[in-house]
Amino acid sequence: MTDLTLVQAVNRALHEALSTDPDVLILGEDVGVNGGVFRATEGLQKEFGSERVIDTPLSETGIVGAAVGMALYGLKPVAEIQFLDFIYPAFDQIVSEVAKFRYRSGGQYPCHVVIRTPYGGGIKGGLYHSQSSEAYFAHTAGLKVIVPSNPADAKGLLLTAIHDEDPVLFLEPKRIYRSVTGEVPDGDHRVPFGQAATVREGSDVSVFAYGAMLPQAVQAAEALSSEGVQAEVIDLRSLVPLDEKAVLASVEKTGRAVIVHEAPRFCGYGAELAALLAEKALYSLKAPVARVTGFDTPFPYALEHVYLPNAERIAHAVRTTARAS
Amino acid sequence: MPDESTAPTPPAAEVPGELPRDRLLDAYRFMVLARTMDERCLTLQRQGRIGFYVPLQGQEAAQVGCALALAPSDWIFPAYRELAVALVRGISPKLLLDQFIGNSGDEMKGRQMPNHYGYRRFNYVTASSPVGTQITHAVGAAMAAQRRKDPIVTVCFFGDGTTSSNDFHAGLNFAGVFRTPTIFFCQNNRYAISLPLERQTHSPNLAVKATAYGFPGVVVDGMDVVSVHTAVAEARARALAGEGPTLIEAQVYRLGPHSTSDDPRRYRSDAELAEWKAKDPLARLKHDLLAQGLLEESADAGLWEAARAEVTKALAEAEATPPITPESIFDDVYASRPPALEEQRVECLRLLQEGILKP
Ligand SMILES: Cc1ncc(C[n+]2csc(CCOP(=O)(O)OP(=O)(O)O)c2C)c(N)n1
Repeated sequence: MTDLTLVQAVNRALHEALSTDPDVLILGEDVGVNGGVFRATEGLQKEFGSERVIDTPLSETGIVGAAVGMALYGLKPVAEIQFLDFIYPAFDQIVSEVAKFRYRSGGQYPCHVVIRTPYGGGIKGGLYHSQSSEAYFAHTAGLKVIVPSNPADAKGLLLTAIHDEDPVLFLEPKRIYRSVTGEVPDGDHRVPFGQAATVREGSDVSVFAYGAMLPQAVQAAEALSSEGVQAEVIDLRSLVPLDEKAVLASVEKTGRAVIVHEAPRFCGYGAELAALLAEKALYSLKAPVARVTGFDTPFPYALEHVYLPNAERIAHAVRTTARAS
Repeated sequence: MPDESTAPTPPAAEVPGELPRDRLLDAYRFMVLARTMDERCLTLQRQGRIGFYVPLQGQEAAQVGCALALAPSDWIFPAYRELAVALVRGISPKLLLDQFIGNSGDEMKGRQMPNHYGYRRFNYVTASSPVGTQITHAVGAAMAAQRRKDPIVTVCFFGDGTTSSNDFHAGLNFAGVFRTPTIFFCQNNRYAISLPLERQTHSPNLAVKATAYGFPGVVVDGMDVVSVHTAVAEARARALAGEGPTLIEAQVYRLGPHSTSDDPRRYRSDAELAEWKAKDPLARLKHDLLAQGLLEESADAGLWEAARAEVTKALAEAEATPPITPESIFDDVYASRPPALEEQRVECLRLLQEGILKP
């Protein structure tokens, strides 16, 4: 065990993968000499060489397209997109190629590409360094979408992603890259996909969150505890595949649900969760499902603190949901 | 005639240069087979026996000349018009017709429109529809081959219109920076559906674009199988010697429609078509073969007859191949089916059983 920040845990996962598997390589903008603009790949080029930690031209289409070719050939490329906000030039590659290669080739060509990218707000990044567009990708059959919320999961989920047989979009909550430290197992630590984690048990309301919203949800739950409301906080971790069982079991227990994400509300990931509860847990529900999300606006700069869900807003929604009847 | 077992083996392409005389007749046979199959497929589409088709007529010499200059271990990243390349690789008419029909013999499992196929064992990567995306793949695969020190090249096929795509730029730029062993084989057939070349570029030609990426671009007469073969063999030798990529612009003409959904009379004149029909690559090669004494008129008739018989036989077999099972649509989305998808498969099976969905 070592105490690490989330970004250090990402770095350790990459280091572990590069050390143990010669087919793993990293490519992206500024990932080599510079060690990544967030330092996620710090020191890796020095240790593993510029043929395995590759500084590429400034082209997301090129990065993901080249990673596809490498994966088809049998390597395990880990592509870094500098910010999720800049992934859109590669959207065609991700949606049309990465996600569909296995299917369209009748299983002949798996396309195991890992795309890591920092996402989300809270760093005063304005419209183009703050987005949380996981829903575009969760909507695409063939992709797995993973969002860690703490250092140990960041390492364990990333190593699972690198050794998975399917393409993975790995979203790193950059706002908490350095704000939390935690114990991280050494070596080849893996956390399986499709398993949510119950971060805090509670009997009154289920709160579903992921990524950088997790600490906010926990803070809200703790504040409410003194008011006599016991919130259960579930870290989804794996948006695709979703741990439906964990979601349903929690709501069957509490009868109340609050869904939290940074992304805008309309057709956001929370809509899918709410639909799931309507389809499979309606008779357990004692109150309407509540969503605490970003507003349906582009991500604002100066008023980021108004836009972004925080512990107070989550607590307000949980309180209201707990009392509704 | 070529099927998976009897296809002529591609030459040892390490030696750049001219297509040897004894390979010329092979080239012609492939061109005859491709033309014959193409004509049959157009008919099949009109008869409703296949849903759609993208013809290649006019581009046979470019495709066969290129494919014969490659080794079986080279990786091909096709677009959707490369029937003759597929045939040279040894992909049989039966296998292709299975794909066009979408039956249980289709290794794409009925998931793709006709012309969108690929077979790992032939190093022929499964095509998609968005134009250009295969260009960056070819570069990435070449980077992987470099890393593994495999002595192969990757070759990607695309049309003139595709040189306007962002993947063209990204792919050629990466290839230049990383000096990848890649051949960019552009078949400039003068049109991207209805749009003439002048709507794609103001450059004097397409090959010149390579200059900006820092590697050679060559223009070649794509109606001449020998010139194409020479250009590709040279590009391949350069790539294997570590000298990096080449852009080859094979100047051809699409004699038929863009696809079976297209009516080319809307955008080009009969006179223009007639001018290019006079340059038909099959007629040209036949003329050369006759002149060199490599072919007799009677043998030529025999070649066409054999090609027709081969396609007829393959078609009969493909049409007798059973249809695909409906629940197979849930396979290969992921390596293993996640629970939510399994639930949908079960739901689909129930709807089929109840007759609400028809197989
Ligand atoms: C990204 C994208 N845009 C549009 C289309 C529709 N489309 C299919 S083929 C084609 C023209 C392609 O022309 P070219 O690259 O010259 O190749 P050709 O068809 O002539 O062989 C178009 C516009 C497409 N398949 N992909």
